[in-house]
Amino acid sequence: MALSEASEKSWDEPADRAAAGPLSSRKRPLAPPYVGRIARRPQQPPVPLSLAPGAVELTGPVFGTADVSPSDADLTRQHGGEPLGERITVGGRVLDGRGRPVRGQLVELWQANAAGRYRNRLDRHAAPLDPNFTGAGRALTDDEGRYRFTTVRPGAYPFPSAVHPNAWRPPHLHFSVFGSAFTQRLVTQMYFPGDPLLPYDPIWNSVPDARARERLVAVYDPELNEPEWSLGYRWDIVLDGPDATWTEEGR
Amino acid sequence: MTLPATPAQTIGPFHGTALPFPGGADLAPAGHPQTVTVHGRVLDGDGAPVPDALLEFWQAAPDGSLTGAPGSLRRDGGVFTGFARVPTGGDGRYALRTLVPGGAPYLALCLMVPGLVRHLFTRVYFRFPEGDPLLAALPPDRRATLLAAPEPGPHRSYRFDVRLRGTAETVFLRFGPARP
Ligand SMILES: [Fe+2]
Repeated sequence: MALSEASEKSWDEPADRAAAGPLSSRKRPLAPPYVGRIARRPQQPPVPLSLAPGAVELTGPVFGTADVSPSDADLTRQHGGEPLGERITVGGRVLDGRGRPVRGQLVELWQANAAGRYRNRLDRHAAPLDPNFTGAGRALTDDEGRYRFTTVRPGAYPFPSAVHPNAWRPPHLHFSVFGSAFTQRLVTQMYFPGDPLLPYDPIWNSVPDARARERLVAVYDPELNEPEWSLGYRWDIVLDGPDATWTEEGR
Repeated sequence: MTLPATPAQTIGPFHGTALPFPGGADLAPAGHPQTVTVHGRVLDGDGAPVPDALLEFWQAAPDGSLTGAPGSLRRDGGVFTGFARVPTGGDGRYALRTLVPGGAPYLALCLMVPGLVRHLFTRVYFRFPEGDPLLAALPPDRRATLLAAPEPGPHRSYRFDVRLRGTAETVFLRFGPARP
């Protein structure tokens, strides 16, 4: 992957016009943003399409107890023993752009183990696998749009490339979320508060807007702590639309 | 009230042990006589196959209904759920077994590609209907990238390649607000 990741933007090009604001002064980008693999990136701008009522994309798949068991949301109980690492509870609400809960929808999570290693054939990082950790979970949102996972805090892992020779990914959780409309489909990543690696992370910095980047960072929430068991992090997810809330901001 | 949306991020290379599920490509109920296959490759701008991409299809049932049904992730083989998730193999190939939708004759397709900063949307048309606003707005050569080409032979199969970049680049979509 490394050599094909040549940047189309230079280091000097301001990735973020809002970088002077007070919010981002804490986390001004210190690395150029990840631009991905150029050969895979479309050259044509996406074609704008206003969907008429009845369009397929204004609806979406439905999931239920046939798809997800409550135990799927606990990544610490998928094997005979317990995974190593700091046990955490991650929860929040999935909302649409009008603040309405997204009910009964599928939230999927995948992550590295506490040592920063994925159970995946493509991960060659020289960190140990944990025989008691797969790193994948699923949950359904409840009537208030709430989801909740129990897992372990993932480790950082190296992410070298030609543009970023000594980059490390900050600990993060990958999320996949469905809304009530297919247009709301979201794949993204959640980060942990106060992480000194964040301003150096090309992936976090690939979101051009500083305020939008901050929305990927969870907050520590003692209310979500399970007493004498796990540390709680709250992260709310807001999906686009599906209607009349379309915005370019943060995309 | 308008809440700012959570931004999208790259799917990354390591989703393969989490997102694909057994039977993800088998949207048609087992043994259904109207089953069609939609297959093809995901290709980059150099024509190289793109492995470990994820294609998600959402579509109407043959009667045109868009209600869907639970059970996609643990298929029982009898229910048409409307949703499929298909990863590409090392050769960039995917294959979906489904039923042709009623109503608007297309599959909605969300494409997640390692090495892209966010997912892409497009459509797979079985035929081009009159009066389709998207198709009407496209020049013919771009429109053609959205058509699943029927293939000769006894099985009903259609070819649909996704070209991420360059010559014959697939039309990707950006959804705006719905008209009132
Ligand atoms: Fe990751």
